[in-house]
Amino acid sequence: MSKRLFVLASILMVVTVLLSACGPKAGKAYECTDPLGCVVVEKGAPIRIAYALVVEGPDASLGTDSKRGIEIQIDDHGGTLLGHPIELVGENTGCNAEGGQAAATKLSTDKSIVAIVGTSCSSEARAGFPILSEAGFSMISPSNTAPDLTDPAKHVPGYFRTAHNDKVQGAVAAEFAYNSLGARKAATVHDGSLYADQLQQVFAARFKELGGEVVYQGAVQPTDTDMRSVLTSIAANPPDILYYPIFVAAGGFITAQARETPGLENTALMGADGIYTPDFLKAAGEASNGMYLSSPDFTVFGDAYTKFQEKYEAKYGEKVLNVFHAHAYDAAGLIFAAIEKVAVDVDGTLYIGRQALRDAIAATKDYKGLTGNLTCSESGDCADPKIAVYQVTNSDPATWNPGAAADSNPKKVYP
Amino acid sequence: MLKNWLKRISATDILMWGIGLIIILGVVWGSVATLSSGKYDSAAWQNLIVTGLTLGSIYALIAIGYTVVYGILRMINFAHSEIFSGGPLVAYYLARALNDNGFLAKQPIVGLVLVALFSMFISMSIAFLAERIAYRPLRKAPRLIPLITAIGVSFFLLYTYKGLFGSGIKDYPQLDILKGRTPFLGMDIQIVYIVILISAFVLLAILYSIVQFTKLGKAMRAVSEDKDTAALMGIDVDQIISATFMIGGALAGAGGFLYALMFHQVAFAMGFFPALKAFTSAVVGGIGNVVGAMIGAMFLGIIEAMGPNIFLDGLGVPAPNQLKDAIAFVLLVFILIFRPTGILGERLATKKA
Repeated sequence: MSKRLFVLASILMVVTVLLSACGPKAGKAYECTDPLGCVVVEKGAPIRIAYALVVEGPDASLGTDSKRGIEIQIDDHGGTLLGHPIELVGENTGCNAEGGQAAATKLSTDKSIVAIVGTSCSSEARAGFPILSEAGFSMISPSNTAPDLTDPAKHVPGYFRTAHNDKVQGAVAAEFAYNSLGARKAATVHDGSLYADQLQQVFAARFKELGGEVVYQGAVQPTDTDMRSVLTSIAANPPDILYYPIFVAAGGFITAQARETPGLENTALMGADGIYTPDFLKAAGEASNGMYLSSPDFTVFGDAYTKFQEKYEAKYGEKVLNVFHAHAYDAAGLIFAAIEKVAVDVDGTLYIGRQALRDAIAATKDYKGLTGNLTCSESGDCADPKIAVYQVTNSDPATWNPGAAADSNPKKVYP
Repeated sequence: MLKNWLKRISATDILMWGIGLIIILGVVWGSVATLSSGKYDSAAWQNLIVTGLTLGSIYALIAIGYTVVYGILRMINFAHSEIFSGGPLVAYYLARALNDNGFLAKQPIVGLVLVALFSMFISMSIAFLAERIAYRPLRKAPRLIPLITAIGVSFFLLYTYKGLFGSGIKDYPQLDILKGRTPFLGMDIQIVYIVILISAFVLLAILYSIVQFTKLGKAMRAVSEDKDTAALMGIDVDQIISATFMIGGALAGAGGFLYALMFHQVAFAMGFFPALKAFTSAVVGGIGNVVGAMIGAMFLGIIEAMGPNIFLDGLGVPAPNQLKDAIAFVLLVFILIFRPTGILGERLATKKA
C-alpha cells in the first residue's frame, strides 16, 4: 500500500516539475533587459497607477480635484489600456514633507505600480520623490510648481510635471502688481514650504527688476493662527501690495487679520494657486472679497476643457474644486500614452520597462492636452504655462465660478 | 555661610546661569535695538499688547482645566485639548443654523450667549464623560496609567471629530456688531477683543470665587489636600472630582467659543496648539495653582504676540515671526531655570511635600 502511494507521489512530483518547467518556457519569449526592471502585468490583471496627493485636511480640495482629473482620464480611456483594466490606488500626502515621505515610502514597496501621478505640494516631492526614483518609478506631478524641482542641477530622474514652473507664475504676479495695480512697494510672506518660499522669491526678484521696492519678506508657520505680529511688522511700513503665496489654513488667517490691522487698509492682498479654491473663501470669510489670486489661465484652455468640466460636473455633482484637475488629467494622459508606446505584449501579458517608460515620458513632444501642447524638457518640465490673475468678487464659496465674464467669481483681471 | 553655598553649587547650576544670562542679554540687546530704531509707533505696540492679552485670556481659560485637575488628581489630562475643541466644533452647527435663519442678525447678543452656553455645555459634558468612563475606573491605579489613558482619550476624541466633522476648515459666522474698532480705556481696540477680554475675565473671576468662597470650592480644596481625610469628613470625593472636571470643561468650552470668535474658523485638530500653550502656561504659573495659571497664560500670550517684534527685529533676524513659538518657549525655559516650580508654584510644593 505504502509502495503504491510512493509511486503515485513520485509520478505527481514528476508531473509538477515538468509542468512548472513548462511555465517559464512559455514566458521566456520576452526577457526584460530594462536597467530598472519591468512591471509584469499578467493577462487580465489590471495596470496599476497610483496617486500621491493631498486628499485629507485643510488642503484636501487640491488633491481631490487632481484625483478626479485622473479618474476622468481613466474614464475617457474606457477604463482599459491595451486590453487591461486600469486600477487607481493611492496615498494621502498631507501637503507637507513628512506626509510626502511617508506616502513615497509606502508606494515604493508596491512593485506592481507602473507609474505615479503626484505630488500635490512641492515639499512632498522634494522629500518623497528621491525614494520613488531610487525604486525605479516615474512620477508626473499635476501641481508641484517650485522652480527647484526641475532645476537641472537638482532634478531627480523620473520626475516630471504638467504644472507650470513658478518662475512663470511669480513673474506674472509681479508684473501684474507693478504694471496693472501700480504698486511700488511690496511685502511678501511665506510659510517655510518649498513652494511658498521660492514663489515669493521669484515675485520679489521680478518686482525689484521692474523698479519696485520690496519692503518686507517674512515668514509664518503653516500651523500659526495668530498673524497679528507679522502683520504689525508689515504695517510699520505699509506696502501697496502684500503677496502671500501660501496654503489654505494660514492664508485664511492672514487674509482675515490683515483687514483688521491698522495701517494695512489700503494694501492690496494677493495670493497664488495654493489658495485658488472655494475652501479658501470658507477659511478667510468675508475678508477674501477683492483679493487677487494668480492661477493658470482657464480661459485659454479651449473647447476640450469645457467638455471636461461637463464630465466633471456630471460625475461628481459639483463644479471643479481647485486649480489642477486639468493638469492631472494631462499627467495621467502622458503616462497612458507612454505605456502604450513602451509596453511589450506577449500573449496578453504586458512587460513595461521602467527606464523605457521614463524615456518615453521625457520624449513627449506636442502632446495635445487640456492645458495646452505639452513638450517635456530634459529636467522634467512638461507644462505649457499660461498664467492669469483673478480677483475674488464675492466671498460666498457657493458663487465660485472662475472665468473672464463680468459675473465670474473669481474674475480674470490680468492679462 | 558663603563656603557652604559654594560647596552646594554644581556644574549644572553654572551652566543654567550661563544659559539664563545669554537669554537675558539677547532679550535686552534685541529690545534696546528695536526700541531705539523707532520702527514701530505706540499704536503698533498697543495693538500687539492687546492681541497678546486677548490670546492670553483664552489660554488662561484652557489652562484652568489642566491646573484644577492636576491639583485634585495629580494627573495631566491630555484629553483637555479635545475637550476644548469639542465645544466650538459642535456649537458651530448651532451658530450656522442661527445665522442662516436670520436669528443671529436680529438678536446678536442673545444668539452669541446661546452659542457660548451651548459650547460650554458640550465641552463640560465631554469632560464629565471622559472622567466618568475613562478615568474613574483607574482611580486606584498607578499614576502613569491614567496619564496614558488620557492620551488615548485624546486620540479617540480627535478622530471621532475628524469622522463627524470632516478634515476641512469651517468658518464661523461673523457678526456685524463685533466688527470694527472702538475707543476703550483710552486705546483704540477691536470690539471683538474687548468682548473676549471681558468675558474671559468675568469667567475667571467667577471661577476664582467658586474655588475661594463656596462650599464646593472648599470641598475641592479639601480633596486636593488629602482625598482620604476629605472622605472621612463627609465629602463625596467622586462627586467633587466630577465637578472639577466639569468646571474645567466648561471654561475650556468658553475658551473655544472665544477662540472661534477671534479667528473666525474651526477645524477638527484646532485644539492641539492652544492646549499645548495653555498646558505650558499652567506649568509656568505653577501647576495646581489657579491664579498662577492665569498669570502664566497672560505672560505667554504677550510674549508670543510681542516677542518676535521686540526681541528679534532689532537683532536683524530675517523672518522673525516664524520663530514666535521658539521665543515663547525659550523664555519659559528661562523661568523654569530660576523657578522650577513655576511662578506661584511654591505654595503647592511645600503643601504636598
